[in-house]
Amino acid sequence: MTTTTIEAAANRAAHQREVGPAPKRIVVAYGFWIFILSDIVMFSALFAAYAVLAGNTAGGPTGADLFNIRNVFLMTMCLLVSSYTSGLGALSAEQRKPERFLIFAVPTFVLGAAFLALEISEFMGMVDKGAGPSRSAFLSAFFTLVGMHGAHVSAGLIWLVYMVAQVVAKGLHAAVLRRLLCFSLFWHALDIVWIGVMTLVYLMGIQ
Amino acid sequence: MLGKLSWSAIPFSEPLPLISTAVVAIIILVALGIVTAKGWWPYLWREWLTSVDHKRIGVMYVALGLVMLLRGFADALMMRSQQALAVGTAQGYLPPEHYNQIFSAHGTIMIFFVAMPLVIGLMNFVVPLQLGVRDVAFPVLNSVSFWLTAAGALLVNVSLVIGNFARTGWMGYPPLAGLQFSPDVGVDYYLWSLQISGIGTLLTGVNFVTTILKLRAPGMSYWHMPVFCWTALASNLLIVAAFPILTATFLMLLLDRYLGMHFFTNDAGGNQMMYVNLFWAWGHPEVYILVLPAFGIFSEVAATYSGKALFSYRSMVLATLAICILSFMVWLHHFFTMGAGANVNAFFGIMSAVIAVPTGVKVFNWLFTMFGGRIVFTTPMLYLIGFIITFVIGGLTGVLLAIPPVDFVLHNSVFLVAHFHNVIIGGVLFGVLAGYNHWFPKAFGFTLDERLGKASFWFWLFGFYLAFMPLYALGLMGMTRRLQHIADPSWRPWLLVAEVGAIVILFAILCQVAQLYVSIRTRAHRRDVTGDPWNGRTLEWATPSPPPAYNFAVLPNVETIDAFWEMKRKGRRPVQTRYEPVHLPRNSPTGFITAFFAVVTGFALIWHIWWIVILGLIAATATMLVSGWSHEREREISAAEIARSERTRANLGGAA
Repeated sequence: MTTTTIEAAANRAAHQREVGPAPKRIVVAYGFWIFILSDIVMFSALFAAYAVLAGNTAGGPTGADLFNIRNVFLMTMCLLVSSYTSGLGALSAEQRKPERFLIFAVPTFVLGAAFLALEISEFMGMVDKGAGPSRSAFLSAFFTLVGMHGAHVSAGLIWLVYMVAQVVAKGLHAAVLRRLLCFSLFWHALDIVWIGVMTLVYLMGIQ
Repeated sequence: MLGKLSWSAIPFSEPLPLISTAVVAIIILVALGIVTAKGWWPYLWREWLTSVDHKRIGVMYVALGLVMLLRGFADALMMRSQQALAVGTAQGYLPPEHYNQIFSAHGTIMIFFVAMPLVIGLMNFVVPLQLGVRDVAFPVLNSVSFWLTAAGALLVNVSLVIGNFARTGWMGYPPLAGLQFSPDVGVDYYLWSLQISGIGTLLTGVNFVTTILKLRAPGMSYWHMPVFCWTALASNLLIVAAFPILTATFLMLLLDRYLGMHFFTNDAGGNQMMYVNLFWAWGHPEVYILVLPAFGIFSEVAATYSGKALFSYRSMVLATLAICILSFMVWLHHFFTMGAGANVNAFFGIMSAVIAVPTGVKVFNWLFTMFGGRIVFTTPMLYLIGFIITFVIGGLTGVLLAIPPVDFVLHNSVFLVAHFHNVIIGGVLFGVLAGYNHWFPKAFGFTLDERLGKASFWFWLFGFYLAFMPLYALGLMGMTRRLQHIADPSWRPWLLVAEVGAIVILFAILCQVAQLYVSIRTRAHRRDVTGDPWNGRTLEWATPSPPPAYNFAVLPNVETIDAFWEMKRKGRRPVQTRYEPVHLPRNSPTGFITAFFAVVTGFALIWHIWWIVILGLIAATATMLVSGWSHEREREISAAEIARSERTRANLGGAA
């Protein structure tokens, strides 16, 4: 085989891969992936700030004084299980079963809300003890990092209710399915961030 | 009721900002009056304000950048004049309070509201056309991005007359930018306007990475993409990776200022060095976000006006990607003097010098592209040559500054100021102006006046050298940056030369304005009926000028780099006889409405008017929910309609 025919074959193969613009579903999911990556970069800046400031307690309470490992375990379980039910809901939507999606949306929401309630009660307990975000640099970084994750969970809950409304009103229209895919990615990404929070903030802070 | 806002926020005692604001307000009112009197509102709303067409959004970005260039340059002229006047016993005409706001606003505006909109605007206009597709991945989001950028620009300008702007320099370092030393609204204007426009920029990054990686004409593999698309990809990857760091950093500073937290305060364990690190972890990639697309523009210009393919396309792409990665490994060279230690400084010094290698590869590629070519000395080509010389000088002074012991002497001196103006004016600005002259006929269907374009180029070039070469000397003589008063009279001759340089640049800008005016007046003689006025090489020149809303009636089939050149060589016209209907996104007011609420909410946050903040956030959420509900977002252009407009165009081209 001559070099030119090898090149021609390679070119043909390349052309078969390059079939023009990708379908909308791929484009939307891909774009949302990129957005999630950027969100994780933002979290990583907050993680870095926490790592720098974790020891700067300014004579105030430390993580070991404040964190309750049982509470953290409960929160983690709520979030992970809600991710599992969210995944089941996404599968149901893929199989065009709107009723099953709606059924799975209920535990997803309830567990997410429970996570948030536990977080808020933890925060309020700390503020009551005089360990609010303005007490020390450590606590500023703690409240900002964990609170930013909590704000994302809150936004996710609003989004979930909104998606339930869309499924009820429109059924599993192609546009609705694309948005459900994005929601699913978002909800799982929050798990990944939480694993980081649990490890770096709570497990390492409690010692 | 109105938080910190009261009549005392308006500087009645200072005539300068009041008069300039009054002039701007009169111009805006007259413009609005003309639009109303002529009944242009429906047209503006339909064709521009709610447009999600990447070409329209690109044009609006460039217009925003050029208008803000006037504001930023006015600041520059005022600073140069102050330094030329306030020597020895003279005090000049700007009090320190005002002068500090001007240099902070100048830097902020030039980076965020001039360079960024110009670069993003050109990417918006050109990238989908070069990729041979009909729009970006997320057209409505694109409109949101633009309007959020405009919202940030508006807030910065509001600070001119209501309250004041930051007096911290454009980096806003704490503790000076903290509540303790900057208790008024200046820093809040800075932070909120950049947060709002920063979200817009981040969304642009997401949009363009997706567009370039997922939406390309059939056959356009990565190695068939025009170099400008490659540099746009690198630039947008950097946006996605770097802008969230800035958002997080500003968020922390805002929390310090609004909720009494201690990220960067002097007390309770705050750490100011962390701000500086985080800021430059964004700030250094930002330099390449701006300059990589400029490199891309110069690559297109070099190939087009030399009449031959770009020399060593692959090494150009690889150099771009190398710079993209290296740009994240050099941030510490902005603060060698912080005292991170000899080993850390040595690492970052070496990495900074290493970036010069891929940049050098690019310079040689441009030179070899010109070598043996049939060079046409158009305005963009002059900018390319001016760029190569100027940028190499700026790059070499950068290599000097990358040596830590040298930097200890020159840190925060005007040598540094000269260096970064050398690369930003010589690199980014020359690139953007080359692109402006190069793609203007594509956007509007007529070419720009070459005589005034060239005059503007020469004024820019000589103005730049006169304005900034003296600063290198002054930096070596020990002059620090941001001086409101010059104690040493021996510096004065150099400062007077720099002042002359600034005035020469004023002529450059006047020529630029005149060029636009004259070109519009004489557009009948300078129509581009072929769509290909420069004998172009890439797909944007395969469309008529200006391109129809759908860009390409049939998506082109790409087999090589320089796809359009190849089509012309083979004599294959991209005109077909059978057409299929095209689906285009509908107009959407979402971007405009979101930006409106962003301005209101941002203003209320700056002035602590909490009830408006809450209303604004509710309204913004409602806007998102409403726009996220619809699923009928496309309109169809019928095959017959496309056939009609393509026929008209073919006839026009034939007549030419």
